Amino acid sequence: METLEQIKNRAELAAGGAKIDIVVNPGPSQQSSLLIDNDHAAAVAQFLRDHPALSFDFCSNVTGVDWLARTVKKTTKVKQLVDGAEKEVDQATEEKVPGYLEAVYHLYSMKLKHGPLIIRMRAPNRNDARLPSLTPVWRSAELQEREIFDLYGIHFDGHPDLRRILMWDEFKDHPMRKDYVQPDDFEWEPTPHDQVLHRAKAHYTPRPQLDGAEKITAQPQ
Amino acid sequence: MTATLETVEAMERPPTTMTSRLDGELLEVSMGPQHPSTHGVFRMNVALEGEIVRKLKPVFGYLHRNHEQIGEHTTYLGSMPYTDRLDYFCSMTNNWAYALSVEKLAGIEVPERAEYLRIILAELTRLQNHASLLGFLLSDMGAWGTPLMYAFREREKILDLFESLSGSRMMCDYMRFGGCRVDAEDEWLGRAKQIVDRFPKFLDEFEELILQNEIVIARTQNVGKLSPELAISAGITGPMLRASGVNYDIRKVDCYGFYPRFKFRVPLGDHGDTYDRLMMRALEMRESVEILKQALAQIQPGPIVNPKVKVRSFRPPVGEAYGRIEAPKGELGFYLISDGGPNPYRYRVRPPSFINLTILEDMCLGHVVADVMVILGSVDIVMGEVDR
Repeated sequence: METLEQIKNRAELAAGGAKIDIVVNPGPSQQSSLLIDNDHAAAVAQFLRDHPALSFDFCSNVTGVDWLARTVKKTTKVKQLVDGAEKEVDQATEEKVPGYLEAVYHLYSMKLKHGPLIIRMRAPNRNDARLPSLTPVWRSAELQEREIFDLYGIHFDGHPDLRRILMWDEFKDHPMRKDYVQPDDFEWEPTPHDQVLHRAKAHYTPRPQLDGAEKITAQPQ
Repeated sequence: MTATLETVEAMERPPTTMTSRLDGELLEVSMGPQHPSTHGVFRMNVALEGEIVRKLKPVFGYLHRNHEQIGEHTTYLGSMPYTDRLDYFCSMTNNWAYALSVEKLAGIEVPERAEYLRIILAELTRLQNHASLLGFLLSDMGAWGTPLMYAFREREKILDLFESLSGSRMMCDYMRFGGCRVDAEDEWLGRAKQIVDRFPKFLDEFEELILQNEIVIARTQNVGKLSPELAISAGITGPMLRASGVNYDIRKVDCYGFYPRFKFRVPLGDHGDTYDRLMMRALEMRESVEILKQALAQIQPGPIVNPKVKVRSFRPPVGEAYGRIEAPKGELGFYLISDGGPNPYRYRVRPPSFINLTILEDMCLGHVVADVMVILGSVDIVMGEVDR
């Protein structure tokens, strides 16, 4: 298989105006990925599938990832004057990375038997996350993109049948998001324990006022 | 007189504008989730024209428990027993796929004996999975009980082996990162050898019983054809893909474990119909027996786990990894993202039987409703894995 750089250059040439970045994987698995801009994603995917030297005809795994806004601490070496002499000093900087939702595709080639090539797309807006669907290119994304729509709430434009798949249709939230909070009485138990009982009180209507009739017993005491 | 004649004629010929519901209109039937042939709680909404399937929409989610979220809230090792519950027929291969992905994520080496044990257990799993699948399929076709019991008789022997090694018949929880949990004794290997040596005899009998059976041939040949182009595009993997004639076996392509050390062939189908998918399982069992014979002859004593791997406070470095193996049902993959913490930031399962269901509608269209069960049975699904 060609290196990521070569694939990136080829794809950028083929799909005019496409912007592709390499996302470096710092771990030992040696699986870095290509970040594709959303406007040209379909063209790039088509190119990756159809180019004879690449022919990534098999889209194995499609999944979503939720990245919340976070601060990344970086240490950079800065030259400073310390006691009249110039020295290199570590300077800690904090960088704020805004949150985004991500769709990750793992591509293999059944024809040439190579892979994986990992491509990702990012949707910055959490409230209205939209990405182009790659189901027209690889049919195997059909159910998996539906699953991402269900669990992460990414809307795939151009998907033939975008409905909830694992949760029921009336369900409101997206349970795989990192900021998802379970409803208090989500799993109502017949004998809820202290904390659950306390929180669940907010959801039930108060009992009617008692009028003293409950104190009447069958046998006089 | 004439007036009465006219009335009779008018009564005999009903007005042509009248239509009945059964006349040319589609009838929508909900099959499942409690249908005996749906292999668990799986539902299909089928639109029928007479007996012919014109539309089919699968409905998922009855067994959904958000396995992936549980995995993100549990330590890496804590997820290992949960993977048993995905495809509860093949817990050994589930364990292996997860262990392999974590080993990729953290860069862990596996000792030789552990690799051999993994291959032996994975191929035993393949034997019992394929055998029971053939039994279930016959059950769906109406051969109620007997072929399934033949298959379960052999499966029981293999489950006994799993039990004596790992302590559990189905929920084995056997693999660890960088090795296996307990070592197999020589006596266990001897018993495994005995079972493997006797397995071809069962296969001869079973193949004669079912694959040359006239009724089976009539019900399965030319039913549910799947073209290689559609199979590749839809991400079909495992025996189902190879039944359509595509030569893609991850054991050969990725060369994980010690598979390159063994001689085995990859059976391929010609027509991609249900009969080919049946046949594929029978042929793959024979190849698994070959692998098992070689592995049991070659296995040498040695350590079974990499001593450098931390059991407590196991934290892989920041990064991500996708590992996959050829599970009996197809490509089983795990995608893990580590942020350096004790539990994965993202834990994703790529279940083979879920993605193999993508083209269920394409295979069923135009067939009678009784064939839908046979086609679904030949896909080989387990709802624990499909719904997660």
